[in-house]
Amino acid sequence: MSELTDELTDLGVTQASQRLAARDVSSEELTRAFLERTLALDQGTSQAIGAYLELSAESALDQARAADALLANGDPTAPLTGVPIALKDIFITRDMATTCASRILAGFKPRFDGTVVARLREAGAVITGKLNMDEFAMGSSTENSALGTTRNPWNHACVPGGSSGGSAAAVAARMVPGSFGTDTGGSIRQPAALCGVVGMKPTYGRVSRYGVIAFASSLDQVGPLANSVEDTALLFEAVAGHDPRDSTSIPQPAPDCRGSLHDGAKGLRVGVPGEYFGEGLDPEVEKSLRALLAALEREGASLVEVELPHTEYAVATYYIVATAEASSNLGRYDGVRYGLREGEDGGLTNMYGASRDAGFGAEVKRRIVLGSYALSAGYYDAYYLKAMKVRTLIRRDFDQAFENCDVLLTPTSPDTAFELGSRTDDPLKMYLSDVLTIPCNLAGLPGLSLPCGLDSKGLPIGAQLLAPPLAEPLLFRAARACEELVGFDQRPPEQDLAGGAGK
Amino acid sequence: MKISQAEVRRVATLARVELDDDELESVGRDLNRILDYVAKLDELDTSTVEPTAQVVDFAAPMRTDEVTSKPAPEDAVANAPRSDKNFFVVPNIIE
Repeated sequence: MSELTDELTDLGVTQASQRLAARDVSSEELTRAFLERTLALDQGTSQAIGAYLELSAESALDQARAADALLANGDPTAPLTGVPIALKDIFITRDMATTCASRILAGFKPRFDGTVVARLREAGAVITGKLNMDEFAMGSSTENSALGTTRNPWNHACVPGGSSGGSAAAVAARMVPGSFGTDTGGSIRQPAALCGVVGMKPTYGRVSRYGVIAFASSLDQVGPLANSVEDTALLFEAVAGHDPRDSTSIPQPAPDCRGSLHDGAKGLRVGVPGEYFGEGLDPEVEKSLRALLAALEREGASLVEVELPHTEYAVATYYIVATAEASSNLGRYDGVRYGLREGEDGGLTNMYGASRDAGFGAEVKRRIVLGSYALSAGYYDAYYLKAMKVRTLIRRDFDQAFENCDVLLTPTSPDTAFELGSRTDDPLKMYLSDVLTIPCNLAGLPGLSLPCGLDSKGLPIGAQLLAPPLAEPLLFRAARACEELVGFDQRPPEQDLAGGAGK
Repeated sequence: MKISQAEVRRVATLARVELDDDELESVGRDLNRILDYVAKLDELDTSTVEPTAQVVDFAAPMRTDEVTSKPAPEDAVANAPRSDKNFFVVPNIIE
């Protein structure tokens, strides 16, 4: 690969957008560079990253040429004009295969774009393709994908995290400068942490869920991933804001997150919840977080010990609420109007059962059965209603904590990337990977993960920031302050690409 | 709380998810482990706590009942496994 190509794929979203506006580089050149890099790293060898389910190279180049025409005319350009962006395969995209990494949606090609996709197109983004994920967003490692394996760019024997594993891996490997994922229990933040990138989940209701395949409707949120806080803020602003087609959409426009981005750490009250630094936290992760906290204090932030006493009940609450909602949302996959159909010779009921049996993976089936059980007559009060009440207690903990601090700083994940296959036998162990990210979804708060170091195995460690509802500008400001202090400039080790040969 | 295989089968049938015998056993086992874990919620007294069904604090927004979009019928059946003249075709419902 030429030096020029490497230099182009080093560009972040903001840098690319500036270089394109200055006509320094064309979108076609830039897009081609990212596509070449993707072809070299993503497929073709046993150790390939496998972030993409569908790379739409021809379409991307067409979009790039259209963007170049707009840029050449000096047309008022939207902030992402000509910038390549990739999407988790949970986003409904017109005329592009959309599978949710499930066999049950094999061959499904939507006839419309969801709101986030439409807004990205309006912003001029070049959509390069769809990224791998855990099936129906159920998982923490992307190993539940029915359609392929994604490897962590930092160590190809390890998971990229999940469920937005493809979105995090693609950005970490610089196959694309920015991507989008969804986060229901940590599915943007945890893979961002494991892959050493920035990933953010907005306040519930900030970004439209219209055209986002639903997992758990009271928890799902769309968010961006990129290699810098500034890029992540730009991507968030491009898609956030009220959408009348989503009845849970907050009736406010996107907030300005870049105006106060560089306001710094001075005067920030950073809450440290003891429950997030307890047993089960990898000592190297703790060390890295404590170092960041100390650095913030030196910069003029004040550290405040806070308590979130119901933290230990969050995973249990989540696995009732999310699975219950999922069992309802996934009822639509019945082989009637779209997706896989089997067993029609046995009659309608047989067709439902056979289609869903053939189409859903083991984890999806497990969660549908668990969720249905929690909602069924005789058990609703003991499980679902109980969980909804504990959810209130979890929210209250945060409301109270935020009376004494501006943001919370915690580790994102109790440990770093684990080996592929090492947790697939134990669903409960896998669920506990999300113990630090889940409470934020239950409370509907905005949260962000940024890289704060590497462990002794060379694997990224993520720091998580949580803010009160609607406080994204504050969240990004705190994140930028942390990013400056950490100065994380490491890259995943490059594969040997001499002569175009992978491993 | 122990969930029996019969119970798992009953719920799976309700959810229209066919499970074969191997799956039935492993799903049952996993479910029991998870249900044992979620039983810890019983440690909390929630008798005076209101449930949270939704974290947004506004009611469902309303709009005027008028047609604002007319999706093409061909689009609706574009992904249908079986369709005929813009109808979805399925096996007999009434036997």
